[in-house]
Amino acid sequence: MNVGTELPLSALRPGERALVRRVSGGRGIVGRLASLGFTPGVEVTMIQNFGRGPLIVEVRGARIALGRREAARVWVQPAVVPSEV
Amino acid sequence: MRTSCHDGGPSPADLLQAEEVLATGEQVIQVALAGQPNVGKSTIFNMLTGLNQHVGNWPGKTVERKVGFYRHNGRLYRLTDLPGTYSLTANSEEERIARDFILRERPDVVVAVVDAAILERSLYLLSELLMLPQPVVLALNMVDVARQRGLEIEPHVLEAALGIPVVPMVASRGQGVRELMDAVEAVATEGLPCPPNRPTIREDHQAVLREIAALIQGAVPPPYPEDWAALKLLEGDEEVTALVRSHLAPEQWEEVHRLLMQHEDAALAVAGARYDWIRRMVRAAVVQPRAGRITQTDRLDRVATHPVWGLLLLLLALGALFWVTYTLGAPVQAWLDAVVVQGTAAWIRQTLASAPEWLVGFLADGVLGGAGMVVTFLPILAIFFTALGFLEDTGYMARAAYVMDRFMHFMGLHGKSFLPLFLGFGCNVPAVMGARIVDTPKARLLTVLLAPLVPCTARMAVLAVLAPIFFGGSATLVSWGLVALNLLVLVVLGTVVHELVLGGEHVAFIMELPLYHTPNWRTIGLSVWQRLLAFLEKAGTIILVVSVVVWVLSYFPSGDIQASYLASAGRGLAAVGRLMGLRWEFMVALLTSFVAKENTIATLGILFGVGEAGEGLAGALRGVLPPAAALAYLATQMLFIPCAATTAAIRQETGSWRWTLVSLGLLLAVSLGTGVAMYQVARLLGWGV
Repeated sequence: MNVGTELPLSALRPGERALVRRVSGGRGIVGRLASLGFTPGVEVTMIQNFGRGPLIVEVRGARIALGRREAARVWVQPAVVPSEV
Repeated sequence: MRTSCHDGGPSPADLLQAEEVLATGEQVIQVALAGQPNVGKSTIFNMLTGLNQHVGNWPGKTVERKVGFYRHNGRLYRLTDLPGTYSLTANSEEERIARDFILRERPDVVVAVVDAAILERSLYLLSELLMLPQPVVLALNMVDVARQRGLEIEPHVLEAALGIPVVPMVASRGQGVRELMDAVEAVATEGLPCPPNRPTIREDHQAVLREIAALIQGAVPPPYPEDWAALKLLEGDEEVTALVRSHLAPEQWEEVHRLLMQHEDAALAVAGARYDWIRRMVRAAVVQPRAGRITQTDRLDRVATHPVWGLLLLLLALGALFWVTYTLGAPVQAWLDAVVVQGTAAWIRQTLASAPEWLVGFLADGVLGGAGMVVTFLPILAIFFTALGFLEDTGYMARAAYVMDRFMHFMGLHGKSFLPLFLGFGCNVPAVMGARIVDTPKARLLTVLLAPLVPCTARMAVLAVLAPIFFGGSATLVSWGLVALNLLVLVVLGTVVHELVLGGEHVAFIMELPLYHTPNWRTIGLSVWQRLLAFLEKAGTIILVVSVVVWVLSYFPSGDIQASYLASAGRGLAAVGRLMGLRWEFMVALLTSFVAKENTIATLGILFGVGEAGEGLAGALRGVLPPAAALAYLATQMLFIPCAATTAAIRQETGSWRWTLVSLGLLLAVSLGTGVAMYQVARLLGWGV
């Protein structure tokens, strides 16, 4: 996984940070996510992600719970290269 | 330091006074309170107005509207609490209401409440409010929480950057309330000293914004400002789009539409520009915390949002709530019923001994039956609402919704529906009314339709009386089984309705998890009070009316219930009853449970010829039903159509008689179907007949 690849937010593991690149979807959902702070360039931190079910992410100092499908609409670029396991 | 909330303190006399002053035509300063959810807006509203407030709905909407009055330095203020919204784009009814109020009612001052601990995010709404023409005062709430998170904010620096008054507050402790009133007064009387700093859009979109603004010039009806409308078009706001479209010549609209299609990503760019502007505004005023700081919220959330521990914690919290409800609430309920209700009934019979029999029956059984039911319910609801207010105010309820989300998805709902459904264990009426927190119309409708399947305390009370009579030692097992059956039916019905009726559409789950807060008892107390009042107003009157109607049906034409209209209706259902091994008396008992679920017991008592419940009823009913029929009866009773008050709430919340009838028909079919199926299967197996 290289810096520069775009991932869906739902692929981030707990503790990982990333920069938001774009938000895909209809205007309604994009508008909702944008007003909550998910705009291009912002840093997000994954707080909780068990690989299934909803997840929690921190953006602009607030914690937001997202369904997996909603999280998959936010495309991010990892800020740090995650260590290979 | 503690600041008193306002001159003289709140009292009903103030409200009276306020209304009198309104009649004399004294000038009232209009103030609107705006803010995102969870920023302490209600606390500020309560601190300013106390009991001097009225809770109702926005006209024609199922969104709560709170209006209150306060006096400060001799001036009278009317404070309107706008719905909590993250932005002012018409994505939801709440957002439309908030911005329409500001644009149409033109309050003298708009107070924007922000949470200092998540300053950047909560300033987003301010960046939208500043684009509207009304002057804004910023209430910088929860500065104590921000400090705990290592976030130091200098209000004066922020004030200089924004160009509007900034008032630091800890509203839960009353700090800053007086200063806020001073700031509002200054702006209301003198206006802002200079125009505020307004967010601008990025370079790359400014040209298109200007183009759109030029195209729609003169085609935006008041009260909408043209530059604001142009920006909202770019953001894809449905309401503004429809409005401008209807006011433009088709060829001009084509041009606007073409520009909008070329800039489909504009919504994100506009939001991004607002956040860039916010960064610039707060840069000088805020010292950011060190990264990686572990907060109390982090520690608590490790348990509260964990898929396993979080679920256990939730079960524990619910268990505790039920325990309190049944150990504390049930005895009070029983006492109220035995002493207050039965006492009053006895008093009526005694006092009116010489009056006609129908009048005594009308008052003692019809009127008092309904009123008594409402009164005896209040303690249990008070306990439930207090617990709910506590869980909401601390921030835990959002975690409960998060933990439950994965389960709710099976039936096309998401975590937010858990709260109203859970309320249903207390009473289905607040459950139905609580469904308004669910953000999509379809999920809201589904929540309303499913709420009556949650076994409320009234049905549990019926079960607690009848199960031991029919099943003796196995009563507990049977009761648990029936509660489980209710929840199973809820899940199955939810899944089916979601897939077949509502088209199986995916519901988006996006929810903020607020920081944990120390609960504010004043806020909780007021929310309990308001919810009880709403229950009394809405449910109380309906229960009374229906109770009287059913009494009339059970008394007339001859005064003998066995020959009454109600009995005829019950006999009409005897065919269905036979399919589950039930005599017509049981069908009548089911019908009367429409007034209030406990009526079942009283009806059985009357029909089987016992005056009062208790040993008499147990004796009369024992052996009347074979186990299979008894089980079918109890299952039907638990799943039966909701009571009258719940039905009225369903009508009100769905705004549709069609959906109300669908709900009744669905539950009627499901309950009778389940009863018949259980009895017939038992018969086939040769068990318990």
